[in-house]
Amino acid sequence: MTVSRRRFLEWVAAAGVGTAAASSAKAAHGEFSGYPDSYGVLFDATLCLGCRSCEKACNEVNKLPAPGKPFTDLTVFDEKRRTDYRTFTVVNRYNDTGADKPVYRKIQCNHCLEPACASACFVGAFKKTPEGAVEYDASVCVGCRYCIIACPFNIPAYEYNEALTPRVMKCTLCLPRLREGKLPGCVEACPVEALTFGRRKDLIAIAHEKIRKYPGRYIDHIYGQHEMGGTSWMYLSGVPYTKIDLRTDLGTTPAPEFTSGALAMVPMVIGLWPVLLGGIYKITQRKEKIADAERRQEVANAIAATQGEADAKARAAAEKFQKEKERAVDMAVKKALADADKEKGKEGE
Amino acid sequence: MTDQEITMEKKSIFTPFNIISAIIIIVGLVLTYLRFTKGLGAVTNLDDTNPWGIWIGFDLLTGVALAAGGYVTAAAVEIFGMKKYHSAVRPAILTGFLGYSLVVFALLYDVGRPWRLPYPFFISQGVTSVMFEVGACVALYLTVLFLEFSPAALEWLGLKKLRSLIVKLTIALTILGVVLSTLHQSSLGAMFLLAPSKLHPLWYSPYLPVFFFVSSIAAGLSMVLFEGTLAHRHFRHKMDEAHLAEHDNLAFGFGKAAALVLAGYFAIKIFGIALGNNWHYLSTPYGLWFMLEMLGFVLLPCFLFAIGTRDRNARLIRVSAFITVFGIFLNRINITLIAFNWQLPWDERYFPSWMEIGISVFVVTVGLLVYRFIVTKMPILYEHPDYKQEH
Repeated sequence: MTVSRRRFLEWVAAAGVGTAAASSAKAAHGEFSGYPDSYGVLFDATLCLGCRSCEKACNEVNKLPAPGKPFTDLTVFDEKRRTDYRTFTVVNRYNDTGADKPVYRKIQCNHCLEPACASACFVGAFKKTPEGAVEYDASVCVGCRYCIIACPFNIPAYEYNEALTPRVMKCTLCLPRLREGKLPGCVEACPVEALTFGRRKDLIAIAHEKIRKYPGRYIDHIYGQHEMGGTSWMYLSGVPYTKIDLRTDLGTTPAPEFTSGALAMVPMVIGLWPVLLGGIYKITQRKEKIADAERRQEVANAIAATQGEADAKARAAAEKFQKEKERAVDMAVKKALADADKEKGKEGE
Repeated sequence: MTDQEITMEKKSIFTPFNIISAIIIIVGLVLTYLRFTKGLGAVTNLDDTNPWGIWIGFDLLTGVALAAGGYVTAAAVEIFGMKKYHSAVRPAILTGFLGYSLVVFALLYDVGRPWRLPYPFFISQGVTSVMFEVGACVALYLTVLFLEFSPAALEWLGLKKLRSLIVKLTIALTILGVVLSTLHQSSLGAMFLLAPSKLHPLWYSPYLPVFFFVSSIAAGLSMVLFEGTLAHRHFRHKMDEAHLAEHDNLAFGFGKAAALVLAGYFAIKIFGIALGNNWHYLSTPYGLWFMLEMLGFVLLPCFLFAIGTRDRNARLIRVSAFITVFGIFLNRINITLIAFNWQLPWDERYFPSWMEIGISVFVVTVGLLVYRFIVTKMPILYEHPDYKQEH
């Protein structure tokens, strides 16, 4: 086998990457603050006009089927909508927010730093890429829909009407476009720059700067900076986040930590249960053995005791017989003597 | 079951049971066709917000819990040395084996691409997933149950050598069965740990895996008694003297165990509320529902089991077993469906379609028919005369 120097160096490099990944995973054990230089998007709810350009662009770049109502139809805002198998993003209108005009909020996959869907998937179909996107691989998906259960933002959708090849459908952060050096479709289409694309750490700096500059305009909180351990897609708003259907009770714990404890118990059960159960089995066996021996001993004792009793009885009977016999002999002797005396008396007369 | 066999036993195949079963099977086959030609959307009320319905809540979660009788009885007899309940092992193992087989069967309907079910083991391992653990343990445990059950089939077939080989493995298989059951019974609960924002706080707890494991023991004990009651009614002629004689003693023994386990379960559920400091939820409508589950289907059967054991009242114990079985069903349905997505308005919630219920009934019916076939053919409720001397 011949290996070129170049090929050999490639192998070494690959091995190096492997160990680097392993050590970074180890470093991440406590906290994972996202891949360095990963991308994200900042949505500014104070700027969004509800024009649905992002929805239209998303539909086009992802080659999704045309919706029932055209994207220019704004009556769709009368109902609350969510993502589905042919809609990766929607904008909802909120009228009762306390603001003097309606507030619009865009929904799509938030691309969590430590995604619940990836933690849930038993074939590893979801992967957080270094670019920041949470990528889904339909080629291994079994269709169990645990990712949909797990997602705290209710994002992944499912092709319920596909009989044999249903896929989970969700926003890809336009990963293929990012790799070509293009912007995500929605960001490119937004006419008012309500969407800002950039490196996540820069977006956080921009958001803080906006809050600092316009304190009256924004709530002092970047939604997504810490929620569920942080997301790549983040939000700024002038009204409380709960008013625009962004839950503020999700906490800052990344999803994998919810199950890590339970998973950590698995090796303990595998290691210790057989010891415990084997021990109980052995104790049971020993108890049975002792009980068995005791039972046998008791039987032996009982037999011995019975034997002794029988002997004693026999002896007593024998003695009694002996005595009776002796008495009978005595009596017989006495009687014989008496008879002899009588005879003598008669002879003497 | 073929017609001929039914004829031999009952003389007429047109018994009410057979007629109803036939109708259910036909409807089930039609629904099966619909599921695999039109997709889940055509037969279920599932949607993107409610991706799991009764096929998970009942067929999978309740099914696995109620199939726990296999490991519970095998452990009691083989490991803990309760030899006097020996006649209960085979029916319990059979119910376990059938139960798990049906769980997998039902899963074929629910998952999108059922032929990919081996993928997590052979193609792409998602080891961070609790569901991976569930899948691995269920697959292994199904194999263990098959081996534990196989002596009955081998006696029926007359394969003595193979049988004696497998019988030698009994202890190892029993221990392996308990390990695997501990893992996947608890992990079915652990699956919901990932969704604290969707499951009602009264049901969500970091202790969920422990709750699922402990309640599976009560479920297993009760299901053995419940199944025994049904078998006693319908297959009495198949039972040998040992089985009949132990029928009531088994109720007293398992009834006592169930009372203890349910008492422990009730206690840890209370600790769960205390840990999360969720007392204030008890006065809400969900709280009342929770208390109904806890008082009516945990504490009540716990007391009834205890009283039944004290008074030697086998009938009362059997009633408590039924209440417990229903309680397990209620608990699993609460966690998957009723207390799940509790914050959503009613119009975004799930209620099963008649077709989903139809498939579930179909699956249970298939189980009953296979059970009937096996207990009428194989030495389950009686001991095979050739192997009587062995224990």
